[in-house]
Amino acid sequence: MTKKQKKTLYRIIASIACLALLQIVLHFIELPILLEFALYMIPYIIIGYDILLKAFHGITHGQVFDECFLMTVATIGAILLGLFTSGEEGGFLEGVAVMLFYQIGELFQSVAVGKSRRNITALMDIRPDYANIQNENGELEKTDPDDVEIGSIIVVKAGEKIPIDGHIVEGTASLDTSALTGESVPVTVQEGDDVISGCVNITGLLKIETTKEFGESTVSKILEMVENSSMKKSKSENFISKFARYYTPIVCFLALALALIPPVFLLVAGKATLWSTWIIRALTFLVISCPCALVISIPLSFFAGIGAASSRGILVKGSNYLEALSETRIIAFDKTGTLTKGTFEVTKVVPFGDITEDQLVRYAAIAENYSDHPIAVSIKKYAQNCGQLSSEKSILEDETIPGKGVRVKTSECEIYAGNDRLIEELGLAAGEDETSGTIVHVAADGMYAGYIIISDTIKPTAAEAMRSLKAQGMRRIVMLTGDREESARQIAGQLGISEFKAGLLPGDKVDEIEELLSDKKGKEKVAFVGDGINDAPVLSRVDIGIAMGAMGSDAAIESADVVLMDDDPARIALAMKISRKCLRIVKQNIYAAIGIKVLIMILGALGFANMWMAIFADVGVMVIAVLNSIRCLKVSK
Amino acid sequence: MKKTYEIEVDCAACAQKMEDAANKVAGVGTATVSFMTQKMKVEFAEKADPAAVMPEVLKACKAVESDCEIKF
Repeated sequence: MTKKQKKTLYRIIASIACLALLQIVLHFIELPILLEFALYMIPYIIIGYDILLKAFHGITHGQVFDECFLMTVATIGAILLGLFTSGEEGGFLEGVAVMLFYQIGELFQSVAVGKSRRNITALMDIRPDYANIQNENGELEKTDPDDVEIGSIIVVKAGEKIPIDGHIVEGTASLDTSALTGESVPVTVQEGDDVISGCVNITGLLKIETTKEFGESTVSKILEMVENSSMKKSKSENFISKFARYYTPIVCFLALALALIPPVFLLVAGKATLWSTWIIRALTFLVISCPCALVISIPLSFFAGIGAASSRGILVKGSNYLEALSETRIIAFDKTGTLTKGTFEVTKVVPFGDITEDQLVRYAAIAENYSDHPIAVSIKKYAQNCGQLSSEKSILEDETIPGKGVRVKTSECEIYAGNDRLIEELGLAAGEDETSGTIVHVAADGMYAGYIIISDTIKPTAAEAMRSLKAQGMRRIVMLTGDREESARQIAGQLGISEFKAGLLPGDKVDEIEELLSDKKGKEKVAFVGDGINDAPVLSRVDIGIAMGAMGSDAAIESADVVLMDDDPARIALAMKISRKCLRIVKQNIYAAIGIKVLIMILGALGFANMWMAIFADVGVMVIAVLNSIRCLKVSK
Repeated sequence: MKKTYEIEVDCAACAQKMEDAANKVAGVGTATVSFMTQKMKVEFAEKADPAAVMPEVLKACKAVESDCEIKF
């Protein structure tokens, strides 16, 4: 509890004690009404002086209609009524009690909100406090990260956060990147690797040469983004602040009307009436009407939703985007690097004749021995995994045949590896295959040995992510790619995506997005998911641009509205889930709070609700709404 | 120039009021107040001196929300 909250707590205790004592005294002794009034004023002033001052301050500064004003009018009204009717209607006790419960409610709200605020910010607490710099004597000195210049050597010990982006000049370590990516498996880094700030060094000692200033480092960018996110307000939040602006004055006038019109009407009709009855009802009406439940719970829900997302490596740049995410019904994906890994892997090995699979792989690996082409690298990697990467370096001749392949001569045999044209030139019959991807034929000692297919592989979680998105009601899932028709068809088939557009140039993607945007119905939103590097025009054109694998890429962080720190497509489905839950809670809060209030207001106007119910409608509803919004923090995987 | 200040404010509605008030102060380009992070971000108008503008901002905020605090 803060100092202010403690002070409020002491005031609450003091006024309760005062009130209890007064009740005991009044039970035994009958006091004159004025003395009783004066005695009740003691707890009233203790508990309510700041509210009275604030209301007065508000009136003098042209801020008339706020909750302090409502509370002041309601309580003073009840007390004055008690004074004039000699305690028969309303009364001192109710006036003081309303103020007391209002303060208890406010205290609870302030503690609950403060606590959840801290919980949420703790989730995002990745700010490093210091950087270790070695001084002339070789001792480590803790320095403010802001003061570290580019090219300085910083030391990160086990258990410390990497404060600034850079690359490792000495040491190896395991890094915990979970604060940034939500990924719990540690990453091993060594000398020469680039590391980003915000990761925690679990083991080992690292010496890092900084490549950026602190302000430009990943951790600063992320923090700035998260902090700014609550500044971009959603439609629901704007609705509530607008609602509160009109609501309070309207309620005040309704209360005034309730106090005046029915009694006047009854008087004109010639029936007996009690002014005090209607005034009490009007005051009850005022207490019920406080809009704080809404005003506090809506931004809190969004903040909790954004906090929950960022703790899982999903950075949402504003409440408005979280809201838009929940309304997304059309989603377009880039293929390479988003749904697929964007790296080549051997996916099929087909030996011919007497050759075994292992032999074919060994031949291919020998042929590609000196090449650094991505295809050669993937073949060698595959060969190594099967234990077929021969260590014998008995290569006598090595020749590249431009546009066709390679030829290698070893002490044992002569191997050719390359495309269809190479095999044609050798006068051999090549095997054929319908599978998408790049085909590498291998011939050894003048005999066709078989072929290997190398293709981009689908990310393991991609298919599951697509299923989950469909289950969440996506109307259209479209894959956009610059790749060939066949390979696009195959990948789309494997992922269960029915719509795809292949052979697109970067400019064509924008046209495709325009088509999707024109297909929107009602409040629907269109999202696009890309790697953020060459998709900037598309990312900025759609309603919600989602960039993935953004760790360390400034361009992606700039152009996207939602940034996934790692490149796991499952996070998109998770982001949708979080946004939907958050918006569901926001709607529950709006409907429940307004609903309960309107209901009790009607009961109050008809005389069925007393002050005590009014206090529940105000404080109770607010407590429920705040507790409900905290649920946004918890989202099952 | 853009600066971020720590603030103390009790409720979301009060934060909104502070934001409205701060935006009306001369020398302030745009001001945003986040109740959740308890921070005020001020983008100053050109040639405005934050040291001269901020006391005015605080005064304007105090007028609408008497027990708010801005640390600058």
